[in-house]
Amino acid sequence: METTSILPLLILGSSFIPGTLILLLREDQSSQRTFLNIFGAVAKVSLIALVFAGYMRGEDYTFVFSLAPGLNFTLRVDLLGLFFATLSAVLWLITTLYAIGYLEGGRHRRRFFAFFSYCITASTGIALSGDVVTFFIFYEFLTLSTYPLVVHLGTDKAVNAGRTYLWYTIGGGTILFLGVVGLSVIAGPIHFGQTEIIASLISENATQLAILFFLMLAGLAVKAAIFPLHSWLPISMVAPAPVSALLHAVAVVKAGAFGIIRLVYDVYGIETAGYMNLLTPLAVFAAFTIIYGSVRALFQDDFKRRLAFSTVSQLSYIALGVAITGVLSSTGAIVHLVHQGIMKITMFFAAGIVAETYGFYKISEMNGIGRRMPLTMGAFAIAVFGMIGLPPVAGFISKWYLGLGAIETGSYWVVLVLLGSSALNAAYFLPIIYRAWFCEPVQELVPRRRSGRLETQALMLIPVVVTGLLSLAAGVFAAVAGSPLSIAREIAERLYLL
Amino acid sequence: MINLPTSSLPAILVGLPILVATLSLFFRSRGKAVVGLLGSLLTAGLALIAFVEVAQLGSVIHILGGWEPPLGILLRMDPLAVVFIGMTALVGVFISLFAWWYFRAQESTNGKFSLFWPLWLFLWAGLNGLFLSNDLFNLFVTIEVIGICAVALAVLSGKTDSLFAGLRYLLAAITGSMAYLFGVALIYGSTGTLDLGLLGQILEPGKTTTFALLVITFGLMVKMAGFPFHFWLPPAHSSALAPVSALLSALVVKGAFYILLRLWAEVFGISLTYAGGQLIGLAGAVAVIWGSWQAFMQTNLKLIIAHSSVAQLGYLLMIFPLLILAPGVVAGSADWLSPAWTAGVYQVMAHAFAKASFFLSAGIIIMAQGHDHKGSLRDLASRMPMTTMAIGIAGVSLIGLPPSGGFFAKWMLLKGVFLSGQLWWAPVILTGSFLTAGYVFMLLRLAFAPARDQEPFRPVPHSLQVVALLLALGSFLIVFPAENLIQFLESSETFGSGIESIMEGGAYGNN
Amino acid sequence: METYKIYILTSAVLFVIGIGGVFMARHFIKKIIATVIMGGGVFLCFVSFAERDALTFADPVPHAMVITGIVVAVASAAFALALARRIYQLTGEQSFPIDK
Repeated sequence: METTSILPLLILGSSFIPGTLILLLREDQSSQRTFLNIFGAVAKVSLIALVFAGYMRGEDYTFVFSLAPGLNFTLRVDLLGLFFATLSAVLWLITTLYAIGYLEGGRHRRRFFAFFSYCITASTGIALSGDVVTFFIFYEFLTLSTYPLVVHLGTDKAVNAGRTYLWYTIGGGTILFLGVVGLSVIAGPIHFGQTEIIASLISENATQLAILFFLMLAGLAVKAAIFPLHSWLPISMVAPAPVSALLHAVAVVKAGAFGIIRLVYDVYGIETAGYMNLLTPLAVFAAFTIIYGSVRALFQDDFKRRLAFSTVSQLSYIALGVAITGVLSSTGAIVHLVHQGIMKITMFFAAGIVAETYGFYKISEMNGIGRRMPLTMGAFAIAVFGMIGLPPVAGFISKWYLGLGAIETGSYWVVLVLLGSSALNAAYFLPIIYRAWFCEPVQELVPRRRSGRLETQALMLIPVVVTGLLSLAAGVFAAVAGSPLSIAREIAERLYLL
Repeated sequence: MINLPTSSLPAILVGLPILVATLSLFFRSRGKAVVGLLGSLLTAGLALIAFVEVAQLGSVIHILGGWEPPLGILLRMDPLAVVFIGMTALVGVFISLFAWWYFRAQESTNGKFSLFWPLWLFLWAGLNGLFLSNDLFNLFVTIEVIGICAVALAVLSGKTDSLFAGLRYLLAAITGSMAYLFGVALIYGSTGTLDLGLLGQILEPGKTTTFALLVITFGLMVKMAGFPFHFWLPPAHSSALAPVSALLSALVVKGAFYILLRLWAEVFGISLTYAGGQLIGLAGAVAVIWGSWQAFMQTNLKLIIAHSSVAQLGYLLMIFPLLILAPGVVAGSADWLSPAWTAGVYQVMAHAFAKASFFLSAGIIIMAQGHDHKGSLRDLASRMPMTTMAIGIAGVSLIGLPPSGGFFAKWMLLKGVFLSGQLWWAPVILTGSFLTAGYVFMLLRLAFAPARDQEPFRPVPHSLQVVALLLALGSFLIVFPAENLIQFLESSETFGSGIESIMEGGAYGNN
Repeated sequence: METYKIYILTSAVLFVIGIGGVFMARHFIKKIIATVIMGGGVFLCFVSFAERDALTFADPVPHAMVITGIVVAVASAAFALALARRIYQLTGEQSFPIDK
């Protein structure tokens, strides 16, 4: 494979370079910092749009740097990667605006924004990786660059959360490392999509390949927060809201889910994985996690922790969709990458706004807040309806396809899991809506932060409204060409046609 | 050997630092530093030229004074040697710059550290000589020069604990070199030659050779602090001044490893057995686990780093079992030899950069806080973000996370382990990484934690922090030229033919 | 038994005594003397090899090496003595603390 373009490298650079420059700035140079942030985010979105357009015209974007024989650093653009990269880049742009508003006047903003940029570099790197080794490199880079954000507040609680986070993710990374080295020894360098390599080896190395599959799956399952490897996620919620929003709803956890998709679809191949019976354990764990996360969410009073357990549950939809084969369920799994991302980020934005504006961290404190913050809680409500699976919000589309896929393959128990999960989603989300809109405030609601006549600062309000509308639009316009659903369908169809 | 192209560079690489070091002795303290720094820069420049020359010409030799072996001394500069020389130069020049600013910042309190410069240059000459030597006795002389300079540097601060540690270090070093010399005597007695290349051809297996191999390996294990002879390393490395600690751990212990590698590969191939390789690998494996665990249990920053060296050196020993073939394995099918070699070389380089940076950062922290109890790291992330970054980056390389040099080394080691089927080493490699992550992130966690009490905090010059950070980054940057470097090394006689002779030896040993 | 073998055996004995002394003796001076004994053993071994093949004259190479070796050994021993003396001046200790 030859290097055909350095554009993938530029996409990474568009967040890595601003991040490094931010580290070199002084703490008080906030306008320069903001400029670099916005510039990087806009550049990244534009570059991805450029590559997307080129890819649709049939151009090939590959960047290869050989580290050693059999050990390449490969960036390659394919539809699935672009799909994930677009999600990360667009949400990064939105979250950057939010974070600038959220952290105004806070400490260590230089460090925060620098590592925030590194995280996105890692996340887009994961999306654009062309082979297992490159994926692993960015996967670990993501672990490391997230750590300073988790411990950002520097309190003992944050530092301890950081420790838990590291034990889980480093442990997962170590297991993944073992699997990746083993795979490269047995099968040589594998580019994503070359499923025929593994398929040709299963007759000789079936046991080793199965062991390696589960090693890698376990490594990825840590970040995808699949039971019993999920505990780090709720604990990491001590991080500032933009971190929880982008990283713990999108970048980090999706890296795990995306890795599982890559592993099953592009390394082992659906047929091989199905033939070797590798997917059943994944389906069982994913289904259990969906229910388990929802049940745990029911009992959380801390707003962000409830959202975190909801994330645990929702992420396993993706794993479940991967585990039951078929075009429809694959479509559902892939599209849920995006749908869950925009819905959950809306919720975390809203939680952050409530916490920053009124100082409320617990759901029981939030009586009547909807009337004070109609836009924020309105966007939140849209996301809630999506999570439950009410049409026409985005979440409905994912569940619909997952359900159809399950029926198509005769896995009726999956439908039960989906229905049960929807009921539980309703049970833990609707009370928040009820309190916010229909209960009388316990005490006088005095905002700590206000900006003019708006319910909170514009920089925080606009992002939440935008992502709320996006969740709605992704559902309403699902049939339109270029919608997440249409792209996910195309990815899935290509997978099964091959 | 004699018909290789000749060059005067090997002689200059050894001679120039000696000359400058001697010259600097005539100056007062300030002048010593100036001359010393200039000498370091000059030596590093020479190393660069040497690198280019070997890249163009291949291996070159120099016959000192025109006296041909066996009476004269032949210096041989092959790719493996020049890679080590280059690494010494890169790390050395950074440490020299650090030392320049470090001693200047402390000059008001203490001016007697200026002896650092001549000692360091003598040490550097010894290292270059060691990498270039081609006979057993010359290796002894260079390793003695290194040993004595290293101990002198270690006790430079003059504090009691460093004197104790230094004496322990010196006794270990003398024991190690005497054992080595005993082996040399036996080899000379049975063959009548000391030339490495010739020995590789004519050495015959037998009781004498095996005994010589044993005492030489013992001596070098003591010198490189291989488990269980590592006892002298933590006190000596942790009680020295910051630039000295960096030199000792990054460069000095690597000298003994280099000899061990060369001798096992080039000379003793014939008497090695599979079991012997497994045994030395086991020593390495225990060192990895034990050293990491000890590091995890320490409360002082420099002791943590020093114990970590024991573990990281253990990884080096773990390449030996991979280099010796099991009974019945055909030489041509052993595709794990190249990964194992690469792992060794990269582990040496990655550890040199990362550990040097780590010790320099510790020095910066001691300068700022006055002590190195690990609690002094609290709130470091806001006080000295650059040093926190340096510790983080160097730590990541020690753990072996991508895309660092340490990652590359561990990748290659694990790959070699898988390919050779000696799967029992895999858990050790991973456990070691995990424990390393334990102590590195314990330090980082403290760096982000709030300060408990307001201790006096002296600002540290930025230049010092920049040097430490650059060294840490170096442990990542060495990955980029990896492919070219591997090709370059594989054109080396040791890297190439050494593999051959080990394979022959392995085959013999199992007959 | 040929003469040189007696020397070699003696040198091995001296070497072992030296190693034992370095590790087992506690007093600094004893440890340092032990290293000197080790050195004596090694040099004896070298010189005996020079004698072995002597038909008309002794092999000069081992002698050259032994002279170099003695110089190194003397320097090391002197350095060790200097360190031991300094430790004694500063602390009064004559051996390593046990707990380390």
